[in-house]
Amino acid sequence: MHIGHDHPHAHGEAHETDDPHAPQQDHDDTLNYYRKLELAVRELLIEKGVLTPDEIRRTVENYESRTPEGGARVVARAWVDPPFKARLLSDARGACESLGFDMNVFEVELTVVENTPQAHNVIVCTLCSCYPRMLLGMPPAWYKSRAYRARLVREPRAVLSEFGTEIAPEVAVRVHDSTADLRYIVLPMRPAGSEHLSEDQLAALVTRDSMVGVTVLKPIAG
Amino acid sequence: MTPLSPGDQVAVLDVQVPGHVRTPCYVRGKQGVIERAAGKFRNPEELAYGRSGEPKRTLYRVRFEQHEVWPDYSGAAGDTIDVDLYEHWLRKL
Repeated sequence: MHIGHDHPHAHGEAHETDDPHAPQQDHDDTLNYYRKLELAVRELLIEKGVLTPDEIRRTVENYESRTPEGGARVVARAWVDPPFKARLLSDARGACESLGFDMNVFEVELTVVENTPQAHNVIVCTLCSCYPRMLLGMPPAWYKSRAYRARLVREPRAVLSEFGTEIAPEVAVRVHDSTADLRYIVLPMRPAGSEHLSEDQLAALVTRDSMVGVTVLKPIAG
Repeated sequence: MTPLSPGDQVAVLDVQVPGHVRTPCYVRGKQGVIERAAGKFRNPEELAYGRSGEPKRTLYRVRFEQHEVWPDYSGAAGDTIDVDLYEHWLRKL
């Protein structure tokens, strides 16, 4: 019987049952090479007393607690506080620490690149998926895709256009490939019409994608 | 290596070496300009193999014209790409 499920199997996964409402298969039992390696290294580190399970858990929790709201707070402060912005552009770590961000769990340096009427910045990591996790959390799937990584350096304006972002030809597009020990975040331009907004209201306008540089913030309708 | 300063013209070494290399192939052999020195870091090409990575190497942000990197680049003339490169990959022009 194929009640309600008589179309060809195009889901890409072998079905163990024809029941369309069967529970999804668990994927946590795929003991592949890298999972075995991670388990072995983790167990050794614990056994030798280098790390405790709770330290590992806390580090994962710390990473996963970061969200783009963190970056948005930093951007909004930079818009309303010129000395803070100057420090952010020259010493991003110190500036973020002054807002209470713990930057020490990341062994890399944060670098802020500022959008201006003359230049639009956008970030990529062609070699892997380096991302300003300390301020934005985990990267989106498209950021890690081979297509984004290969094409952003090669034809950035075409990629931006696919994100709905058209940069005028007289504005330079500056791509930043985070190949080594720096992580980049874009300081977007403050949207036109936002002069009357408070710092918290400004922070609510700042999107993740604007801090990666694949979009710009739209003017506030007034 | 003598420290490089912003504005210095450099060429990226055009060599093929195995290992945990952080210099993307698309800029090897290309010419760019030092945008800034970004500090000293342990050499990731050594660190990846369990070695100390010492002495630390200066990391530079090098700015390339897109038309230099991709001769058939279709975007605007002022477009650039910045790549973070270690001192031992750069030759001053």
